[in-house]
Order: sequence, then C-alpha cells, then structure tokens
Amino acid sequence: MAAVSMTVNGKAVTADVDPRTLLVQFLREHLRLTGTHVGCDTSQCGACVVHLNGIAVKSCTTLALQADGGSVLTIEGLAAADGPLHPMQEAFREHHGLQCGFCTPGMVMTAVDMVRRKGNELDEQTIRHELDGNLCRCTGYHNIVKAIAAGAKAMKGRAA
Amino acid sequence: MYEFKYARPNSVRQAVNMLAKDPEAKILAGGHSLLPVMKLRLAKPTQLLDIGRIEGLSGIEQKGRSLVIGAGTRHVEVANSQVVKDALPALAALAGEIGDPAVRHRGTLGGSLANNDPNADYPAAALGLGATIITSKRRITADDYFKGLFETALEPDEIIVKVSFPLAKKAAYEKFKHPASGFALVGVFVSKRGSDIRVAVTGAGSSGVFRVKSFEEALKKRFSPKSIEGMSIPADGMSSDIHGSAEYRAHLVGVMARRALAKA
Ligand SMILES: Cc1cc2nc3c(=O)[nH]c(=O)nc-3n(C[C@H](O)[C@H](O)[C@H](O)COP(=O)(O)OP(=O)(O)OC[C@H]3O[C@@H](n4cnc5c(N)ncnc54)[C@H](O)[C@@H]3O)c2cc1C
Ligand code: FES
Ligand code: FES
Repeated sequence: MAAVSMTVNGKAVTADVDPRTLLVQFLREHLRLTGTHVGCDTSQCGACVVHLNGIAVKSCTTLALQADGGSVLTIEGLAAADGPLHPMQEAFREHHGLQCGFCTPGMVMTAVDMVRRKGNELDEQTIRHELDGNLCRCTGYHNIVKAIAAGAKAMKGRAA
Repeated sequence: MYEFKYARPNSVRQAVNMLAKDPEAKILAGGHSLLPVMKLRLAKPTQLLDIGRIEGLSGIEQKGRSLVIGAGTRHVEVANSQVVKDALPALAALAGEIGDPAVRHRGTLGGSLANNDPNADYPAAALGLGATIITSKRRITADDYFKGLFETALEPDEIIVKVSFPLAKKAAYEKFKHPASGFALVGVFVSKRGSDIRVAVTGAGSSGVFRVKSFEEALKKRFSPKSIEGMSIPADGMSSDIHGSAEYRAHLVGVMARRALAKA
C-alpha cells in the first residue's frame, strides 16, 4: 500500500491505496464520486476525463499516485450541489446534448478544458476536432457540438 | 494489472541506479503507452519508477542549429511551443496530431521514443530529421537507435534525457490516420538539410520506422513531389493486417511522401 493525498473538488483527501489504483478507481470506489465513468479498456472513449491541476486527463490512464499532491476537478465539482448548473452543463441540457448520458461527464469536462485552451468562440470544425478523444454511442455528436459552442459563449468571463 | 511497487526517484541518476538493481523495473513517464499495456496484462513490471517529477527533464531550447527537447516534455508543450513553431514547424504540427487532447496532455517525447511503437509519430520525426537521442549514458544517432518493433538501442538501465533535433531547411510530416485510433496507418516525414535528405516512414514497416533510400536518392536533384512521381516501394517488408494490406501500405508510402514534399 502507498499513501496518497490530493485535493478533489476543493476538499483535501488522504488514503492508503494499492499502487495499481487508477485515478478513476480512486474517485469512484474510494471517494464514491461515481459521476466519472469508465467506458473502455483502451484509453479511447473519454468518459473518464477529469481535470488534474487544471488540465483534462483520462483518469483511467493515470495512477492515483501520479496525481499525488495534485488538485482534481470532477463533474461533481463543476457546480455547487445546491446552486445553478455550470454554464456548460446548462448548455448540454438546453441543446439536448445527451441521450443516455454515459459519455456526458467526460464530454463536459473536455468541453470546459477546450474553452480554457481555445477561448469562448468555437467553430464547429474546432469542436469536432477537439472531441477526437471522446466517444458518444447515442447522439451522433450533432447536439453535443451545438451545446459546446453555446456553453463556451456562456462561459465568457468565467475562469472555468 | 499485476501487482507492482511504485517509486518516485528524484534524479535521473537515482532512477538509473534503481533500474540497474531491478531489471524488471520500468520507467513511468506519461503512462499513456505503459499503463494501457499493463491494464491488458501484457507487461508485468515489478516496480514503476515515476520520472514525471524529476526536475530538468522537460523543456525546450534552441541551441545553435538544433532544437533540444527534454524527454519529459509533453506532446502538448511541443505542439504549442513558439520556439518549436518557429524553428521546426513540422515537429510542432506532428506533436499536435498525436492521439487526442487528453493524450497530448500526458504523453511525453521520451516515452514515445523509448516505446518505439511501429505506428507512433515521433520515431518518424527523429529518423526523418536525423535527431540524436541523448541518454543517461551516451548519445545515439536516430539511424542507430531504432531496432525494430518496440525495440531500441536503449540498454535496460538507460534513460532518455533529451533529444536534439537538427533544424532542417525544409521539413514536413504527413500521416494517414487510422480512423479509430488516430495512430499512423502510414506516416512519412521528409526533410532537407544541406545535402542531407531524409524520408522516414512510420506505420508501414514490419520492423518499425525506416528510411526510403530510393526516394532520398531521387530527391537529391530536386526536393519536390515531381522527383518521385510514379515511384513506389516494394510491398515486401510492409506490415499487413485487417487495417491494410502490405500492398496498400506500400502504395500509401508514395502518396504520403508526395503530400509531405508538397507541404515542405
Ligand atoms: C488513446 C491513445 C491514442 C494515442 N495516439 C497516438 C498517436 O496518434 N500517435 C502516437 O505517436 N502515439 C499515440 N499514443 C501514444 C502516446 O503518444 C504515448 O503517450 C507515448 O507513446 C508514450 O509516452 P508516455 O510518456 O506516455 O510513456 P509511458 O507510457 O510512461 O512509457 C512508455 C515506455 O517508455 C519507457 N520510458 C518512458 N520514458 C522513458 C525515458 N525517458 N527513458 C527511457 N524509457 C522511458 C517506459 O518504461 C515504457 O516502457 C496514443 C496513446 C493513447 C492512449
Ligand atoms: S474509460 Fe478512460 S478513455 Fe475510456
Ligand atoms: S449520450 Fe449515450 S453515450 Fe453519449
């Protein structure tokens, strides 16, 4: 076992983990933050995307120990539990950017990271290209792309 | 994954010593090749030596007529670096097309070259520019470094520290992406630096990245797609799988080389 500590959604957490523990397992099984999903075994689907030190990463391909000392933001931490949704979440709802919802947490976290890197005005081509690492088996992406364009605009003036 | 121990050496020297003591230990950089393989139980290291926090292992610097990039430099840093964009735009563009944004946030130059996946992009750039791989022990030219599928000249206790890419007068990379994985089905890197002309191919060869001497020879007169028009390479020695036959890959090498030359 190895000691690991990090900040998750603003809260300090410490645990003893098997070194094999992936960041996604740590979030889901130790912290019971089950909003982050596992959709594949090949690091390709993006359902597990969270922010580590402000940057989008695939938590299924990161050891919890690699995140030691770091700061993690998951879908649960994007908006306060009793407050309004984050603008990107709201845009997904407004534009019907989800069907079963399995890919959605990863899509939203990727989208927020996209805004950090590419700004608030995102054209369709940029969004589709940037979604290279996020698979959706339901929507055909059309409304996801619309949602991200609108969410990006709505995020103007916000840090994340 | 099989069980392993995890350690975080705080210098290259310490990591080398730990590797020397435990031949079954493995370096962990971005983890974006190693962890997927371990999840499939295709690798069973006793120990992972996480070099992700060793200071000085990442960074980009132009030194005279070369670009020196630390082994721990992430793909995203190479893709976005103004220094790389100015000095070797083809390399920045290549890094920006590796995998997807999250992969580029974690994966490193050293990890890619140490892994030497036959479909990876960086090996084409290293061989196609005549880079020098600088390790904890020595300097290895790209021509001597790549040894086959996932095989390199690295010894078990040798760590890549940085890579020196000579600046080329002209250079470009074209990849035919595998539509699902984003890896190169065939990728061709071309460069011209004085009389040194290189055409390096990834994805196609059944023993990994290779140079196309016949194209290089033909390009000596003029570095242009016209010089190799109608030329192809034999299907012998090309890999063949459900994604593409050897003949198809051989054909793509010519097509991608001409596209790269048109862009360079
Ligand atoms: C979904 C997905 C898509 C991808 N698409 C592409 C693509 O399109 N093109 C492409 O080229 N790659 C692609 N990759 C691979 C990616 O670029 C990897 O990040 C890279 O190949 C390995 O870098 P790493 O830092 O993650 O290495 P790790 O996985 O940490 O290590 C890989 C190997 O190298 C060794 N190693 C690492 N660093 C060093 C060092 N400094 N010295 C000696 N040995 C070392 C390790 O021990 C291990 O054996 C993809 C990966 C994923 C998961
Ligand atoms: S679960 Fe992480 S990429 Fe699919
Ligand atoms: S909404 Fe079902 S996978 Fe995307």
